[in-house]
Amino acid sequence: MSTTDTAASGIGPVEGSGSFSAYGVDNPAPLIEAPRKRTKKTPKSTRGNFEMYGWLFMRLSGIVLVVLVLGHLLIQLVLDGGVSKIGFAFVAGRWASPWWQAWDLAMLWLAMLHGSNGLRTVINDYAERTTTRLWLKGLLYTATVFTILLGTLVIFTFDPNIR
Amino acid sequence: MPAGTLYRGREGMWSWVAHRVTGVLIFFFLFVHVLDTALVRVSPEDYDKVVATYKTPIVALLEYGLVAAILFHALNGLRVIAVDFWSKGPRYQKQMLWSVVGIWVVLMFGALYPVLGHAFREVFGS
Ligand code: HEM
Ligand code: HEM
Repeated sequence: MSTTDTAASGIGPVEGSGSFSAYGVDNPAPLIEAPRKRTKKTPKSTRGNFEMYGWLFMRLSGIVLVVLVLGHLLIQLVLDGGVSKIGFAFVAGRWASPWWQAWDLAMLWLAMLHGSNGLRTVINDYAERTTTRLWLKGLLYTATVFTILLGTLVIFTFDPNIR
Repeated sequence: MPAGTLYRGREGMWSWVAHRVTGVLIFFFLFVHVLDTALVRVSPEDYDKVVATYKTPIVALLEYGLVAAILFHALNGLRVIAVDFWSKGPRYQKQMLWSVVGIWVVLMFGALYPVLGHAFREVFGS
């Protein structure tokens, strides 16, 4: 069978077709995997689900932060005389209670991680050069780790009788 | 504005811009805020000295601005969550945005006296 027969229609000759067939009941044609089908040979992790978890975290932490941060603002700026009452003695009174320690700790971690992940997105959006992006993110992660550690240390080591 | 666009230049885009700007502002505030709170580990006097600046009329205005940023980011954040998870969210995104703006205006009005009252009294006497 010559190729020119079907060339006009743009379809080549079909393998194994024609006067003889290479495949039969005793010699079946090999199975061809559907494209993109996951098999044992596909790498386990392609890129992971990091961005999806990040997306979910922004939403879950956001809901919790509504309560934590708006509650915090209400206590600090509105109730009991507003900002005017704030001072060392006021903080000592609040951190005498494990409830408010836990509140501030959760607020610190969630707000810093939420804000830091948000800023990561912003950097990815605007810093187009790879080196700029890496430097900005390095700076961001350093600031985030530093702030979380410092804030946590301050809550746990607070000493009302420092003087 | 280019014709026939559903997003660019419309409410959806501007609420996204505002959400981004407020989020970044709050983050920078929080960084400074943890530093100033850390002064309780230095000495009561140093802490009180720095917190005194929080009570001046000009900083009171900044605090009012911070409250404005957080209230918008929080309310609009809930709207974004509703758009993503509620099946009818995308359809009502515009109505939800105007609800956010409405609630924000009411809360900002309510915050006027608590946040700025002391500054007002200091500047105008009484
Ligand atoms: C101008 C408004 C604010 C004032 C006057 C204020 C005041 C205070 C005070 C007095 C403390 C000491 C502990 C306590 O009393 O609970 C504190 C701690 C804290 N605040 Fe605020 N706050 C304000 C806004 C915010 C905002 C908007 C956030 C979150 C985005 C925030 C997050 C925190 C955190 C995480 C701590 C714990 C700090 C640490 O671990 O050392 N605050 N704040
Ligand atoms: C008060 C409750 C809060 C809620 C409900 C909330 C909600 C959200 C949501 C849902 C997003 C994702 C937006 C998107 O994917 O398009 C987001 C982004 C962001 N949030 Fe918050 N958030 C809150 C508090 C905070 C705080 C305290 C900070 C700062 C420390 C912050 C900083 C950011 C930043 C920087 C972004 C990224 C903005 C962007 O990519 O355009 N948020 N927020």
